[in-house]
Amino acid sequence: MTIKELIEKTGWKLATPTLDTSAEIVGAYCGDLLSWVMGNGEPQQAWITVQVHANVIAVALLREFSCIIVADGANVTEEFAAKAAAEELVVLESGLPVFESAKKLVELGI
Amino acid sequence: MESILHKEYTVVQDDYVNAGKVSSDIKSTLAEIGISPKVIRKIAVASYESEINLIIHAWGGKVFMDVNDDGSVALVFKDPGPGIPDLEKALTPGWSTASEKARGMGFGAGMGLPNIQRVSDEFNIESSPAGTTLSLLFRSPV
Ligand SMILES: Nc1ncnc2c1ncn2[C@@H]1O[C@H](COP(=O)(O)OP(=O)(O)OP(=O)(O)O)[C@@H](O)[C@H]1O
Ligand SMILES: [Mg+2]
Repeated sequence: MTIKELIEKTGWKLATPTLDTSAEIVGAYCGDLLSWVMGNGEPQQAWITVQVHANVIAVALLREFSCIIVADGANVTEEFAAKAAAEELVVLESGLPVFESAKKLVELGI
Repeated sequence: MESILHKEYTVVQDDYVNAGKVSSDIKSTLAEIGISPKVIRKIAVASYESEINLIIHAWGGKVFMDVNDDGSVALVFKDPGPGIPDLEKALTPGWSTASEKARGMGFGAGMGLPNIQRVSDEFNIESSPAGTTLSLLFRSPV
């Protein structure tokens, strides 16, 4: 499934509206401890996290995630969204807890 | 084995804002010269973890990258202190002295050095109060 299809099916907010959303999502990784994410994430996954700061963008790009999904209503600041957009990292906001966000992905076959 | 490409970077203590820049440049440089994506992914993990350690644990430091004529990539991370008193502990998964500030951002799982060790083909770390030097080698599959 592409990021675009995920947005259509969930109504989750796209915090980086200027970016292309045609990338495939292949699986997902949930976590907030950056070294666990670095060590266990895989390219093309969606990364579900409640961490919202510049280092998350760096990790997501180095790990080649297709997008990050900010869960639990963690505050996506304008500054964060702008930095992510500048670095071409797609950011979604699910507004749901981590578990519910992951469950939704499973229901959609990701 | 001879170096065919050499790069050096400086990493500044507590510079969370620029954290990852060095790793990102290493990654794109290696992609440009055609190192395989699989090897680059390992290098990205190791260089990010090492770069962050210079920022959050050391007083900043230097990074040296060499691409050798056999396709292998050598990375050296060198800092001026304060050093690691007990290397065995530092290499134990889960062991961390990260500050509250670093932990608040999701660092401090004590998984950085174990991650680096796992993805690198050669791993060597030397430490004293005068500083820590981490030397890594990544081979390219033939
Ligand atoms: N360059 C360094 N200088 C001084 N101490 C270091 C250095 N690198 C690592 N350490 C010490 O080794 C410990 C373990 O490092 P490691 O990278 O494995 O975990 P961490 O940085 O604490 O957490 P994580 O990497 O999971 O965010 C650190 O907590 C720190 O005490
Ligand atoms: Mg670390």
